[in-house]
Amino acid sequence: MDAATAGIVLLSLKVAFWSVALSLPPAIAVGHLLARGQFPGKTLVDAVVHLPLVLPPVVIGFALLLLFGRKGPLGGFLEQSFGLVFAFQWTGAALAAAIMGFPLMVRAIRLSIEAIDPKLESAARTLGAGRLRAWATIVLPLAAPGIVAGALLSFARCLGEFGATITFVSNIPGQTQTLPLAIYTHTQVPGGEAEALRLSAIAVLLSLLALAASEGLARHTRTHAGR
Amino acid sequence: MLAVDVQQRLGTFELDARFASAAPVTALFGRSGAGKTRLVNAIAGVARPDRGTIRFGDSTFFDSVQGIHMAPEDRRVGYVFQDGLLFPHLTVAANLDYGARNRARPAGPASPIARDHVIELLGLVLLLHRKPRDLSGGEKQRVALGRALLSQPRLLLLDEPLAGVDSGRKSEILAYIEKLRDEFGLPIVLVTHAIDEVVRLADTLVLIDEGRVQAAGAVEEIMGRLDLAPLTGRHEAGAVIDARVASHDTHYELTHLAFSGGSLAVPRVIAAVGDAVRVRIRARDVSLALDAPQGLSIQNVLPATVESIRDESGPIVDVRVLAGESPLIARITRQSLDRLRLAPGQRVHALVKAVSLDRRSVGYS
Repeated sequence: MDAATAGIVLLSLKVAFWSVALSLPPAIAVGHLLARGQFPGKTLVDAVVHLPLVLPPVVIGFALLLLFGRKGPLGGFLEQSFGLVFAFQWTGAALAAAIMGFPLMVRAIRLSIEAIDPKLESAARTLGAGRLRAWATIVLPLAAPGIVAGALLSFARCLGEFGATITFVSNIPGQTQTLPLAIYTHTQVPGGEAEALRLSAIAVLLSLLALAASEGLARHTRTHAGR
Repeated sequence: MLAVDVQQRLGTFELDARFASAAPVTALFGRSGAGKTRLVNAIAGVARPDRGTIRFGDSTFFDSVQGIHMAPEDRRVGYVFQDGLLFPHLTVAANLDYGARNRARPAGPASPIARDHVIELLGLVLLLHRKPRDLSGGEKQRVALGRALLSQPRLLLLDEPLAGVDSGRKSEILAYIEKLRDEFGLPIVLVTHAIDEVVRLADTLVLIDEGRVQAAGAVEEIMGRLDLAPLTGRHEAGAVIDARVASHDTHYELTHLAFSGGSLAVPRVIAAVGDAVRVRIRARDVSLALDAPQGLSIQNVLPATVESIRDESGPIVDVRVLAGESPLIARITRQSLDRLRLAPGQRVHALVKAVSLDRRSVGYS
């Protein structure tokens, strides 16, 4: 693998890693809320969370551009307050991927929490555990297989993110050009088919690895959790 | 002293229950769906009633007027749920230790319940490294009992601890509960729909039907009331008497019990002479005769006085008689009632077949 290809692969992995790492805590919170919460507007929250799954990715990318662009309301604020810039940066690619992978993660986590008998938490409370401790010692470990599966599914989705990314942060080699964007670029150039094919093979390999890891980890966690 | 007075509405079901008990074992007895579990959920704090108060000792668990709803983790109430609810991802040992690992709790009982003692008492040594999925129903219930005990509770709630346990294991777990009662001096609230569990374990009986407490009081008193027979179970209705073991007849394998109404022969029970026992005599096992009968296979012929008659204009009537100070209920046909011309105050003889008093009818108190 030449340096350019290695750079593309590493950037893709970096983007996917950070998008999963940063979206996991809110995904667990939202998954729990949807699984256990009873509040007005739950259907609305559910719909909004699932929006990235059904909207054209370009629309999400455009929305991010409006919100998080340097002149956008959130983008301007974040740059001034924290020096955090998303527009045309790899961080922006991570943000776009995180949003696109979010519904997959929430779904898996929500299903695994719904499968846990809420009375187990009640039992923990009667044994002296506070609300938070009961959650951390009972719900979290029992939901772990679902959380791991959701995170890896989202990781695989992030590796393949295209539409929202190219709309939001463009296609800048070395900065925002992840694997799918690089493949697209080569298909647009006469004689680029061979290179596109080579990168596609790498993409297939990475996706298979992520799925295999997801399967293996889920199995390990299941055994470990004794279910 | 546990004092409960709560109202809760859930859909069309209305719970409106009021009782107080200072007994070592209080039984909440009623049909499935009578509201028993809702009541213990409220006592444990895992459910919140709409209105009312729940007090235990000098703590207020719940008071809707004062806006008090103590968190379950602060009540120190051990709760053995109907389905055990062991934590599936933890070993038996970790399940048992779950309560002890929680934050320092408010002052525990004078003598904390020791881990080794509980493990030995409940026979859990060989199970410690297993996961809940590898346990039988009876083993799960024993672990659940141990787990609740080791959280150092000051009140223990048992919700149908014998549901889903095969009959062979039932008496074993009943014996464990008896040990808990005797060894730890921990007040127990037992939810059940089996009258033999009430007779064997409980001192105070709280009869619940359709969300309401229909009667509450000493087991003997409630069981001897004719008007409550439909609730305690039509088929199973009968009186409960307290007695002492007078002697054992090793040749015929009978035990003679002494009570205020005389002597009662029953198939041999495992108890020492002088031990207090409680016997449930089902109404359908008691016959009445005007004169002391001769040449009869029936062992127990008890002189008694008719006290009251419950006549619901069917073919069957219940007659309450007093043998000494102990009430007995006899279920006879209306025809017999008329033929014998039974009326309150009349002297009769109550006939009880010894074989009708099986091991399940005799409890140790």
